[in-house]
Amino acid sequence: MIDRTVWGLFAALLVVLGAGFIAADWAQFLLVLALAKGMVVLGLLVLMRAGLVSFGQGLWYGLGCYAAGMAGNFLGVTDAFLLLALGIAASTTVAFILGFLLSRYREIFFALLNMAFSMILFGVLVKTSVLGSTDGFNVLTPTFLGYAPSEAALGDTVFLLTAVISFVVAVLIHWYLGSTMGFIGEAIRENELRVEYLGVSARRAVHIKLMIAAALSGIGGVLTAIAVGHVDPEMTYWTTSGEFVFVAILSGTGSVAAPFMGSIIFEVLRTYAYEYSPYTWQMLMGAVMLLVIIFLPGGLWSALSRSRKGEGK
Amino acid sequence: MTPVLEARGLTKTFGAVTAADDIHVAVADGEIVGIIGANGAGKTTFVNMVTGYLKPSAGQILYRGTDITGRDSREITKLGIHRSFQIAQVFPDITVLDNVLVALGVAGDLPRTIFKPLRSPKTEAAADEIIARYGIGEYRNVKAGLLPQGVRKLLDIAMAMVGDPKIILLDEPTSGVSADEKLEAMRGLLKVLKDDKVTVLFVEHDMEIVGEFAQRVIAFYDGRILADGKPDEVLSDSSVREFVIGPELHRRSAGKD
Repeated sequence: MIDRTVWGLFAALLVVLGAGFIAADWAQFLLVLALAKGMVVLGLLVLMRAGLVSFGQGLWYGLGCYAAGMAGNFLGVTDAFLLLALGIAASTTVAFILGFLLSRYREIFFALLNMAFSMILFGVLVKTSVLGSTDGFNVLTPTFLGYAPSEAALGDTVFLLTAVISFVVAVLIHWYLGSTMGFIGEAIRENELRVEYLGVSARRAVHIKLMIAAALSGIGGVLTAIAVGHVDPEMTYWTTSGEFVFVAILSGTGSVAAPFMGSIIFEVLRTYAYEYSPYTWQMLMGAVMLLVIIFLPGGLWSALSRSRKGEGK
Repeated sequence: MTPVLEARGLTKTFGAVTAADDIHVAVADGEIVGIIGANGAGKTTFVNMVTGYLKPSAGQILYRGTDITGRDSREITKLGIHRSFQIAQVFPDITVLDNVLVALGVAGDLPRTIFKPLRSPKTEAAADEIIARYGIGEYRNVKAGLLPQGVRKLLDIAMAMVGDPKIILLDEPTSGVSADEKLEAMRGLLKVLKDDKVTVLFVEHDMEIVGEFAQRVIAFYDGRILADGKPDEVLSDSSVREFVIGPELHRRSAGKD
């Protein structure tokens, strides 16, 4: 169970922690956002391994964000771990219900149906004045199992929590994908008929994968809400979902580490592109995507694995 | 004795076309049944109905006396009725070993396998044993999509056999195998199936294979059963020779005789 990937993820955790604690506050914040969104992309990876792309991950992400915000504002819950549990419960419960419909569809129909549901949530949030309509609302400052960090220590605490959760989640998903139940996704992608004639319900397997992806997105949403301190309907908008797909394609699906690596690269790239080219930064991002698709169709991770194979020779 | 598999008045229509018409078949435990018929005679439709791929328009399918009509393919597979396909159904982008590992992995109770690794020395040893039994060991690490058609067929059958079936329906198991290797391939395959005490129904166009290996032959014509009995009786039946075996095979067969 403790294989090279787990050790690699542990080493990556140490590097991220080291970098995060010595980095400037803005860079540490960027890292938190990248890791939180990386978890959403990891959910997409689980789906993509089964041949499914969702243009509606913003739905599950937004549910996590709003669950954290609403639990604080309406129920007075501020404990980060409880917020995470509530975020996971909200996104997974909705995924369980919608999954009965979504798991029947494949390819573009699956992608767009997910988007349709995310846009329904967006529409509801925009029209709900008690949730701040288009402005959203602020999220209460979190506590951590009774520990209420000072304003100065809050950033470090959220960063530590995000990094450790990212590591734990990545290891769990690595084990899951290496199991028969995880690997069945690739079998579904390749030949659903054979899967059914092995006695496995492909629909049920997709349903479970959807719930896993929703849970991961929910975690990402809660961590983002805690880190940013604010939630708004934009988090469920289709452009947010599109961003997750962008990062997933940029990263590739070769490893559970890829979404986090891709997400960090994406956030850094976007920050600098926006800094130096505020009116044309999207063009730069588009060019990067174009280059990745042409030269690295397996995503940035494929370049890493290719160079590792080269070293092995 | 209750037949292991029974079809009672099985009928399938597609609009105005009747692909299978009032099929009555009872198969005994351990029997090896050859199914013959020209293209479009209803052989594959029959197999598809029995294995849940198609729902019958009328009639009943009984497994050990229990009505299983209309159940989906997954339920029927879980009951122990497995199948292979005319076009081998494998996972083309993964290796032969991984194909068998997936089949082995899902043969258990899937939800319990959430963190049980697909690959382990134990599962790989079990997969290697299966691969060796079907004589495809040399292709162990080859992607299934790159296999010769005959080997792909064997992999398809090997995967279907992993779940310990009681009945297996093989749709043209030797198609894609070269003419001079067909008999040997079928002999090896049936030895494995007999060792596992599986009831076998196989669809086949090669009458030499049918005559050699089937204990009983069912001839389909125009969606109906034209003849059902011992191979020599059915294969020498004049209507079977005229309508099923066809003029070309008839001539070839006559030449050999």
